Amino acid sequence: MVLRFNRLRSLTIVACLIPLLWILIDIAFNNLGSNPIQALHIRLGDWSLRFLWLTLAVTPIQTMTKWRGMANYRQLLGLYAFFYATLHVLTYLLVDHALIWRIIGIDIIESTYIWFGVLAYIIVFLLALSSPKWAKKRMGKTWKKLHRFIYIAAVAAIIHYYWQLKGNLAEPLFYLIIVVLLLGFRLAVWFKNYQFNKMMIPTGQRVLSVQAKQVVMPESIRARQAILQKSRLKRKP
Amino acid sequence: MIIKTTKDIPASEITDPLVFNKRRQIIKAMLAATLTGAGISPVLANNNEAIWADVPKSDFSVDALTPTPAELIKNYTNYYEFSFNKKDATVLAQNITTDPWSIEISGEVEKPGSYYLEDILRQQTLQESIYRFRCVEAWSMVVPWVGFSLGSLLKTVKPLSTARFVKFTATYQPEIMPKQHNHAMLEWPYVESLRIDEAMHPLTILAVGMYGDILPKQNGAPLRLVVPWKYGFKSIKAIVKIELLKRPPITTWNKFAPHEYGFYSNVNPAVAHPRWSQNSERQLGSGFFTPRRQTELFNGYGEQVASLYSGMDLRHFF
Repeated sequence: MVLRFNRLRSLTIVACLIPLLWILIDIAFNNLGSNPIQALHIRLGDWSLRFLWLTLAVTPIQTMTKWRGMANYRQLLGLYAFFYATLHVLTYLLVDHALIWRIIGIDIIESTYIWFGVLAYIIVFLLALSSPKWAKKRMGKTWKKLHRFIYIAAVAAIIHYYWQLKGNLAEPLFYLIIVVLLLGFRLAVWFKNYQFNKMMIPTGQRVLSVQAKQVVMPESIRARQAILQKSRLKRKP
Repeated sequence: MIIKTTKDIPASEITDPLVFNKRRQIIKAMLAATLTGAGISPVLANNNEAIWADVPKSDFSVDALTPTPAELIKNYTNYYEFSFNKKDATVLAQNITTDPWSIEISGEVEKPGSYYLEDILRQQTLQESIYRFRCVEAWSMVVPWVGFSLGSLLKTVKPLSTARFVKFTATYQPEIMPKQHNHAMLEWPYVESLRIDEAMHPLTILAVGMYGDILPKQNGAPLRLVVPWKYGFKSIKAIVKIELLKRPPITTWNKFAPHEYGFYSNVNPAVAHPRWSQNSERQLGSGFFTPRRQTELFNGYGEQVASLYSGMDLRHFF
């Protein structure tokens, strides 16, 4: 079982590199058209967006299919979104601008669509940086808060994508629909949970649970509550 | 209004300019074929690109510029009537029929009329103009156009003193142009305009060819405008109508997004598009890791055209 799981994981890792391989083949065979630098830049950006959407799709798919096996892939897909975004940024800086910082500076200041790209990249960068298990453990609750920024990254990325178009919006509408669906799903889940919590948790118990969380509570009271809770649990059939 | 045509010889009696211009090649090829017994085609194929190879250079042609390879120019063109995607547009544009082609010239002129392109070509002097071409999408190329001065054509119809603007209308053929058929995005047909002094300026040409040959269909055959100091979308393709007007007409891109695409649309690195910088450009044909080109005011034609805009705030009249 473990072996099969790992094999699937290795397969995914390799499969996610296919877009890069495909781009490299197109470069080698001079297949990128009259403006190969722009083609390379756009294709890397497109793949970064696609991996970002895949990352965001993991949780809704898990919830709908009740299949828990995918949680491990969320990190992997997220890292690939970061990987392609990094190549996209490096293409911009190195391949297109040859690190001429003066022109890069003017370009970024004057191009509003790039601002959103920069915001999205900074977020994805921080998420990738804090993605190892030890970082997750060390950061505790902050980790979850930080990783919620992926929604901001997704919105910024889609604005970045739209803002550079000359005006034709029909084809790329697909990306927008996906991001609306993915974020909409979470909003629906959050709303449902919110309602559910309000209905199900009796007020008294909620107060108790809040108290239990408070660290400043005297040891004696905490002990008494623990005993109470234990006995309550025992009483349940 | 009387629509006169200056066409005096029936179309059937006029030699196809393609055949006419290649007459020497064809005779040579036939001779070669009879002498060697080989087929005509290989000889013709070798000389295929030479129909206007000998036209004189225009005074404004910059020899120092290295033209972008023809293959790149032919495969990188915006032609929104066919597709919003450059690749598909190039394929679909092959459906356009460019022969016969007539152009209506009307409005504030003494001699309005409908003129056949071949008649116009007989009157005008064709020249090669190697010009920079800068797209609003921040890429650029150098094109060796074959064309004639727009001003010289306008003079033949005698503009009235009331003519202050020139409006150009592109062909409307929804049956072969999918985006026109679907009323997609822009208002069709495509319309562009110049101020009369811009239109009469010797740099402004109507192009019928490039690289010494007939203009490829995707590049605007059979007749397109070329205004090298303005963003590419001003240089309207496949023109069927030229009107001289008292007032500025509403142009296509300007109507679509007035705050993004101005009437003048002069190349200007200091005035950014509201969403992206115009400070630099990617030259087609330059390799990976090559820096972008610093965009020049009026695309490098300031010496010739800056006086047209003296005293104007170019930030306001973008």
